[in-house]
Amino acid sequence: MKMRGLPGKIGFALSVFALISPAILVFLWMLSLAFKNEVDNTAFPPVFIPNPPTLDNFRAVFEKNNFFHYAWNSIIVSFTATGLALLLGVPAGFGIAKSKASKAAALIMIARVTPGLSYLIPLFLIFQWLGLTGTLTPIIITHLVITVPIVVWVMIGFFEGLPAELEEAALVDGATIWQAFRFVALPLARPGVTVAMILSFIFSWNNFIFGVVLAGRTTRTLPVAVYNVLTFEQISWGPLAAAALLVTAPVLLLTLLMQKEIVAGLTAGGVKGG
Amino acid sequence: MSATLAVAAAQAKTKTSNYARIYWPFVVPAGLLVFAIIIAPWVFTLIMSVHEWKVGEDPAFVGLENYIRLFNDSRFQWAILRTVYFTTLAVLFPMVLGIAAAVCFHKNFPFRGLARTIFILPMMATPVAVALVWTMMFHPQLGVLNYLLTSIGLPASEWSYNAVSVIPTLVLVETWQWTPLVMLIVLGGLASLPQDPYEAAKLDGASSWQMFRHITLPLVWPHIIVALVIRTIDALKAFDTIFVISNGGPGTASETLNIFLYQTAFAYYNMGYASAITVVFFILIMLVSLVLFSARQKTTFQ
Repeated sequence: MKMRGLPGKIGFALSVFALISPAILVFLWMLSLAFKNEVDNTAFPPVFIPNPPTLDNFRAVFEKNNFFHYAWNSIIVSFTATGLALLLGVPAGFGIAKSKASKAAALIMIARVTPGLSYLIPLFLIFQWLGLTGTLTPIIITHLVITVPIVVWVMIGFFEGLPAELEEAALVDGATIWQAFRFVALPLARPGVTVAMILSFIFSWNNFIFGVVLAGRTTRTLPVAVYNVLTFEQISWGPLAAAALLVTAPVLLLTLLMQKEIVAGLTAGGVKGG
Repeated sequence: MSATLAVAAAQAKTKTSNYARIYWPFVVPAGLLVFAIIIAPWVFTLIMSVHEWKVGEDPAFVGLENYIRLFNDSRFQWAILRTVYFTTLAVLFPMVLGIAAAVCFHKNFPFRGLARTIFILPMMATPVAVALVWTMMFHPQLGVLNYLLTSIGLPASEWSYNAVSVIPTLVLVETWQWTPLVMLIVLGGLASLPQDPYEAAKLDGASSWQMFRHITLPLVWPHIIVALVIRTIDALKAFDTIFVISNGGPGTASETLNIFLYQTAFAYYNMGYASAITVVFFILIMLVSLVLFSARQKTTFQ
């Protein structure tokens, strides 16, 4: 479809701008709040551009809170949950795609459909009974509820798209099914593994609901820590915005750098965590 | 002769069962995990839902009493109504905007990749982080949104601090956050469209609106339905932004089903009752997805 003439082009440019401006405005306001001093943050009419920009808010986040500790918790939880999900989910995606077991795939989709809270009640009681509360283990296990379905779902799509001839050639040459998976299918599906890994990591990193129920004082992940510690112990906007920015910055950078992979994965799977 | 037949039969048998059987060991580890953290908790929830059970006490079997109590609980009824209200709006706006955005991003224009990436940032950003920023923007006295409204001559709003405006406010955030997912699913549909019908229509002198209405819309209809189902389910179980921005308040003005469930389970530790809510919630979500999917089977876009 071609646009007719200059007015059409300008109108189109304006509508694209209108579509992306809400996203730009919220993130710019987040930056503005994070880099302004406290007086400017509560000024009315609001000050838009930090002048001069200050790092005090970030200093406050690091000095007054155990930010690095919570960041470390988040890193351990998200990397472990993603690693385990790849270990279990990539072969499962291969198996389901090759045997065309759509019922198994539907079962996985149930995890996508049900509210996260519904697993939490029984799992919470089981973890209490096992004495695991107060460690990161319960949080990692519950994050698998998000990461495993994402990985399986993305990988089914990729393995279905691979030409079957190559593996069959390997099987005819006497390879076992495991070798056909390990040395033929897996290397070909590497882009799919990358997509699955990125999405699973992001949605695990962003997850809030599991942590807010299961995490104790020392086992909070970053989103929970920002909500619990900062909102209650200090109401000032600057440090709060700075902390919010620090929590979401890794995810935003990953999205900007890997946008092609992320778009491919999301389009295929309709994936979302929690 | 019979030996060769037997061999052929055996071969045929392995051939047919080949694909069904050989691959199952690949699925077993993930299957066990799914059983342990998804299926088993579900069975446990069903059992708990017929017990009266507060954390720290012994469970007592009460039959269907939790369910009977639930349907007479006005807080539950209100939660259902609010969930329906929130979901209707939080499906409608992202669907309309998402389809419009998909049509825009389907065209070629300079910096399309960058614009698309910026557009999907809201759905990738940590929900708690953006919800906190929105909360600061909604502040009735110091928030930037009221400044912007009043500076263009519109009346200020109390946003999430007022019982009437809280749900529309939460819908605004939900729309901001999840329109990109609708856009991506519909864009995927648009990318797979054939080009021939458009060329034929152009030769016949069709306008671009006519082409959209009579070619594009019917062809991407299945993708729109998929987006609709996913958006509806996500809106029904929305939690993070509501929890952070209003926590069900002011009062209980924005207490949706999911927030009510959270309060029952983890503020009152009333696990039996909460399990009954979970079961009803799950049935509700399943019913809605089934209805929407059967709508997809029956209706084609006219």
